[in-house]
Amino acid sequence: MRKRALLGLASVVCLAAYPGLSAYGKKNNADQSKLFSKEIPKNERIQQALNRLTFGPCPGDVQQVQSLGLKKWIDLQLHPNRIPQNPILKDKLQMLDTLRMSSEQLVINYPTPQTVREIVAGRMPYPTDPDRRMMIQKLVARYERKQGQDAGKQNAQAANVPVIPAVADLLSPQQIRILRTGNAEQRLSAFESLPAAKQDEVIEALPGGMRQRLFDVAPPELRRRIEMAGGPQQVVVRDLTEAKLFRAIYSNRQLDEVLTDFWFNHFNVYLDKGADRYLVTEYERDAIRPNVLGKFRDLLEATAKSPAMLFYLDNWQSVGPNSPAARRSRGKNRRGLNENYGRELMELHTLGVDGGYTQQDVIAVARCFTGWTISQPQRGGKFIFNPRVHDEGEKIVLGVKIPAGGGMKDGEKVLDILAHSPATAHHISFELAQRFVADNPPESLVDRMAKTFLKSDGDLREVMKTMLKSKEFWSQGAYRSKLKSPLEMVASAVRSVNGDVDYAFGLVNQVAQLGEPLYRKQEPTGYSNSGKEWLNAGGLLARMNFALQLTSNHIQGVKVESAKAARPDGPVAGIALGSPAFQRY
Amino acid sequence: MGTRRVFLRNSALAMVGVGSAPLWLQRALYATDGPAQRKKILVAIFQRGACDGLNIVVPHGEKAYYDMRPTISVPRPSLAGDKREDAAIDLDGFFGLHPSLAPLKSLFEQQHLAIIDAVGSPDPTRSHFDAQDYMESGTPGRKATSDGWMNRALPRVEGKVSPVRAVALGPVLPRSLRGEEPAIALQSLAAFQVRNRQAAKEFEELYMDAKDPALEATGRETFEAVSMLQSIQKQAYTPSGGAEYPRGRFGDSLRQIAQLIKADVGMEMAFADVGGWDNHVNELGQRASEGQLANLLREYGQALMAFWQDMGDRMEDVALVTMSEFGRTAHENGNRGTDHGHANCMFAVGGAIKGGKVYGKWPGLAKEQLYEGRDLALTTDFRDVLGELVARHLGNSDVQGVFPGYQPKFLGLV
Repeated sequence: MRKRALLGLASVVCLAAYPGLSAYGKKNNADQSKLFSKEIPKNERIQQALNRLTFGPCPGDVQQVQSLGLKKWIDLQLHPNRIPQNPILKDKLQMLDTLRMSSEQLVINYPTPQTVREIVAGRMPYPTDPDRRMMIQKLVARYERKQGQDAGKQNAQAANVPVIPAVADLLSPQQIRILRTGNAEQRLSAFESLPAAKQDEVIEALPGGMRQRLFDVAPPELRRRIEMAGGPQQVVVRDLTEAKLFRAIYSNRQLDEVLTDFWFNHFNVYLDKGADRYLVTEYERDAIRPNVLGKFRDLLEATAKSPAMLFYLDNWQSVGPNSPAARRSRGKNRRGLNENYGRELMELHTLGVDGGYTQQDVIAVARCFTGWTISQPQRGGKFIFNPRVHDEGEKIVLGVKIPAGGGMKDGEKVLDILAHSPATAHHISFELAQRFVADNPPESLVDRMAKTFLKSDGDLREVMKTMLKSKEFWSQGAYRSKLKSPLEMVASAVRSVNGDVDYAFGLVNQVAQLGEPLYRKQEPTGYSNSGKEWLNAGGLLARMNFALQLTSNHIQGVKVESAKAARPDGPVAGIALGSPAFQRY
Repeated sequence: MGTRRVFLRNSALAMVGVGSAPLWLQRALYATDGPAQRKKILVAIFQRGACDGLNIVVPHGEKAYYDMRPTISVPRPSLAGDKREDAAIDLDGFFGLHPSLAPLKSLFEQQHLAIIDAVGSPDPTRSHFDAQDYMESGTPGRKATSDGWMNRALPRVEGKVSPVRAVALGPVLPRSLRGEEPAIALQSLAAFQVRNRQAAKEFEELYMDAKDPALEATGRETFEAVSMLQSIQKQAYTPSGGAEYPRGRFGDSLRQIAQLIKADVGMEMAFADVGGWDNHVNELGQRASEGQLANLLREYGQALMAFWQDMGDRMEDVALVTMSEFGRTAHENGNRGTDHGHANCMFAVGGAIKGGKVYGKWPGLAKEQLYEGRDLALTTDFRDVLGELVARHLGNSDVQGVFPGYQPKFLGLV
């Protein structure tokens, strides 16, 4: 029985031995290069394609690719717009309305307590949408009540201070008992039988545990209201991270999702750095996603002009030493040149750490980008060029003279220089090959990809094609040689058992537990594309525990059918998903 | 020596199997060469949020301090009567501890607590994010450093090392401990395990037999750490010396670090953090012994003191050091709080620490002495403190490797 269950999973989990494995260990170079020229058998090609170009195969995927033809399937994945999107995914994303808002709208519609205060003080507008307006009015009322209550606390004599009612004042003991200990149906109907006007008050008054118990049984719309009560600004982050999981698990355009993850990570921005909380949604949607199979130069400029990046790497505060602003405040100017973006732009985004630039180049590049800033970052502001802080002098970047007085064009010229540098072509090709082929990709492959990059004016789809046509991609050196990242592990596990995800933040938490908090890599380096990053005791243990929890239906918001089949004999499916084999792809 | 021990260890484990090796055996295998040569241990505490050094180590001899903080200063120690409990506890006639840190006074007098003042990161950033990052990577101003100073500070050794050599209490491995050397993060000793016993066995077999060298090795490391931590758990832990850890995450963290040290399982490096220091509003209450900072310091001081008492003579092997990303403005702000500043204070505690003294040159608080006209200026680099502990306490002479591009100047703390 147990053997059979294991075999049943074997097609997606692939428990068989695999020759490519040794490429990971300390094999010498000769051995490695031999493995990269040894082709994998024909029947493993579909598996390899699914492993690398998706977040792991779902049951039935192999057959589907087979009937479509591998070549055609790959071609479709390289043109995601030709693939009809999965209606299930559309449905899941529908509720997450923050995904479709501009940063500015997010700030107003999902305000922090500070923003609510600004609105109260009349320094910021109410949202225009009437429903939203009403919601914010509630928050404002709550804020004013809270103010009154605090004032009341400090001055015990003050009478008639409106207070936030306690649950006991809102509900009968009977109702409270049901919400606390009733079964799913009882809890939900007890809540739904309350008058609509009272429901929000109750949500707000419920203590954490009872709120969670209501949340567990709530339909999507009610869940949303409960989330709002926990702090509207949390919803933005929640939607963003949940959408990442939904897309990874359900999207038909799998390569598009893999690449969006890859390029976000390449141009990493840290969500918890101040204003970035509201800027990252737009950044991923408008700067990264549309460009992942386009021209690198476009992608680069989109990130360079994104408020998220300008804020994250401090360029928005950078003031040129030869700028009108600096000249006017001679001596006592507060701010000066900020080199952060200039450095990371070359070291991480384009040339690579050994890309042949000097500290003088870092300073010159930073001067070129002075004035690239944000209008009101705390209000979800837009990119603007501010000539007052732009360094007007002449700059020399990597030996190229950028004449004085270029204004905003200076930065664009720098992007031209960097995007067309052979060092960039090599660095980008290496990173892609490391993500898609092997932790230590063969130099010959990287060279060919770099050649395509230069020949095609940085056309990322063409670079991908060169890689996907290479013998190295289909070699034993590549096959199952990589260790899944936490996101890949979690998404592929859910996919392999056809899990049904109602809401995804249980999974989001798991990805963090495994060591990859989404959108929360502090360093601009992003997470490593090499498996080494994930090899540690805590992370491995978390993988095993996740596998067991998933298959015994202990992850919030996720249901797995096969769990039933596995249970009589113990956590068989869980063992398979937590096994060493499943950690590879 | 290393080889013999490793051989002994591996063959002994082969005999009994990793998971079932009794604690005394595991202990013997990971201990260096008996208690006489116990490894030195470094415990680092990160106060996240930028603590207000000026209200923790109070420069009560400085008039400007009182001028700049009309509503949230800590009164001079000379204060008598019923307000005495609000006053700073004098250390040397110029500095005093915040009254909530009263338990630490005896430690200072016994010369086991050293205070370093006007210390911190030379980088001018006032961003929590950047400053924590710089302090933990040990490379101020350099963002691309991928590992942390504590990981780099682990002395390099031949052969296999204890699976719990470097431990952080918390959900994720902090930046300080990230890097090449294995380090683990755990929320609690008890939770570090596979949650299903049957499954744990099956997993262990699968990983031990894996033909995948990398996963086999990490799997082995994992199950060794699990079994070690589980065997520690078998006896309920009672702190010694009448130590009472305060309730809360920080007290729990220090208690478990003490437990790990006393279990002799080869831990050399431990990390814990404690938040809540970002007091922009109402930093202190109407009295200096009340309010946010006072409450937090009470818990903080109690936890440190409990750790000291609990460890007893084991503190001979231990140095504990505290840090925070930057200090706070010398002036109070308009909300009875303080904003992000520059230099701060650090504590070093240990049997071998030369305490009873406030180290570092005091830069003064006059307008022209302040950093950018607003913050306590920096006279000691935090790497001077950490570097000395790495070199003289841990005995790792490669301080340059730990703090690349910087030459720490030792203060004579050890």
